[in-house]
Amino acid sequence: MADTATLGVGDATRAKEADRAARPGRPGRSRRGANQPWWFAVPALAVFGVFFLLPNLLNFVYPFTDWSAFHPQIGFVGFSNFSTILHDGSMVRDIRITLEYAVLVAVFQNGFGLGLALLLERDTRFNRFFRAVFFLPVLISALAVGYLFRALLAQDGALNSVLSSLAGHPVDTPWLGSTTWTLVVVTLIHGWKWMGLAMLIYLAGLKSMPGDVLEAARIDGAGGWRTFWSIRFPLLAPAVTFNVTTALIGSMNTFDIVQATTAGGPGSETEVFNIYMFRIFGQGLYAQASAMSLVLFLIVVVLAVPVIVGLRRRENNQ
Amino acid sequence: MTTVGALAPVHRRPWRWVQPVVVLLIAAVTIGIPLWLVAVTSVKPQAEAVKPNLSLPHHAQAAANYRQTFDEGKIVQGFVNSLLVVAPSVVLVLLLGAGAAWVFARRKGRLVNALYALSISGLLLPPAVITIVMELRQLGLAGTRPGMIGVYAGMYLSTSIFFMTGFIRALPEELEEAARMDGAGPVRVFWRIILPLLRPVIATATIMVMLFAWSDIFYAFFVLGGGDRATLPLNLYQVASAQLYLNNWHLIFAYVVMMSLPMVLVFVIAQRRIVSGITSGAVK
Repeated sequence: MADTATLGVGDATRAKEADRAARPGRPGRSRRGANQPWWFAVPALAVFGVFFLLPNLLNFVYPFTDWSAFHPQIGFVGFSNFSTILHDGSMVRDIRITLEYAVLVAVFQNGFGLGLALLLERDTRFNRFFRAVFFLPVLISALAVGYLFRALLAQDGALNSVLSSLAGHPVDTPWLGSTTWTLVVVTLIHGWKWMGLAMLIYLAGLKSMPGDVLEAARIDGAGGWRTFWSIRFPLLAPAVTFNVTTALIGSMNTFDIVQATTAGGPGSETEVFNIYMFRIFGQGLYAQASAMSLVLFLIVVVLAVPVIVGLRRRENNQ
Repeated sequence: MTTVGALAPVHRRPWRWVQPVVVLLIAAVTIGIPLWLVAVTSVKPQAEAVKPNLSLPHHAQAAANYRQTFDEGKIVQGFVNSLLVVAPSVVLVLLLGAGAAWVFARRKGRLVNALYALSISGLLLPPAVITIVMELRQLGLAGTRPGMIGVYAGMYLSTSIFFMTGFIRALPEELEEAARMDGAGPVRVFWRIILPLLRPVIATATIMVMLFAWSDIFYAFFVLGGGDRATLPLNLYQVASAQLYLNNWHLIFAYVVMMSLPMVLVFVIAQRRIVSGITSGAVK
């Protein structure tokens, strides 16, 4: 407990000492130091340290204990939590599903967003109105979006009844009940919810295109398709980086939409990390949930960081 | 517009006519149908809403549905609870983030770089939600609003520090220098020069935090749980979990409408600001 409270403060004191140490020898620096004193950064570092960094550090400790709702003491048990989630198959399954989820969401969210941005690129009244319309799903809570699609896609739901009347015979596709396709459906919903945000960012990217480059391409006789792929799309790199990154990070931490539509089912075929943690924590197996949380942390570090660094590099090379 | 002229002059004419039709079709199918389903189901009696469909209600009972949800779903309480955690979180994220960003943007050295890198690590790293619960229990903050505010602030500080540091770096330092020449201390410079200049990023950060924190249920679930501090989305989860069992889609959707209206209203009022805020912060 005591170390909990001191971490943020410790950061601060260390920072101050460094500041003081830098002062006597170098008068130029001391003036700068006084201009933006360290203590302006201390509250942010303290809050971030206590509520974000410290839990992530503790997350390297608790998975190795038997912390649960069932006994009051906490003792170290080594790797037993990890061997449990490894042997019951949940770790490998959740890694696979979360990664599939993240990739599909990145594709759908960016595909929809870019498509809409290109469609609504001209700055007319009509287009501005419909940009707002396509932004609406961003404003609705993800949980509500989940329930909405559950009603739409239920076996006796709205979509099947529309399809039935179109086809002339009863259609009862289990949109959310297929062990293969439900993950795709749920990621489509996720992409639908956030496409408006991606669209806005692509629109900003399109707007900042230098007009003379496009003019030059036109004079050289490049058609619309050619201009898009060889000039406009590469120039969109910063927008792509931002959108792909937010999509990947957002979907690694997804919960609401999955919980509301399938709650991880059918079977466990849409069980992403957070659904598992929620379920296992609810059963009182805290340390086991924490072990899965550590796996998520490591997966993000191992996979997301190189992806983002790569995207950044591509952007800088352009 | 020059960009359109540059696009493809040959395709321009038919596209002029096709584009609005395409937009209308896509909007009708992807946005119109889902929202219509919510609206129409929320005014149906239970018997009609058991199997949600797009047809008009034979018997509309909007008032009854909305009143029942309003009473059972604790809308007002949920709204106040949401406001009491989200608003302080936003203020903390902005104020503390601005202070740190100022230091990170203007000072140089290895320590500054290291602390900056550490502070923005939250952009990528997932919050360790399970151990947050443990830590809050030990701090005596489990199930409390200060605990929730701290968790949200910790989660979104990275975003605001990242955006604000980039923004301040691009600002000329002369303004601050001039104020210092006039004898202003750091607090005064921060309050009078930096914060006002940060206004565009503050708008961006506010919107981003609002979008996520206002609809969050995952972290709220672990920190606040149910009880009388439950936020709007937590209430929706509880209402829906009970009502799905009873097949009360009409009540769920009445709740969804009431819960979403504040956000939609804010968007309609401040649309221009929000759109420019999101886009100016993201693409640099």
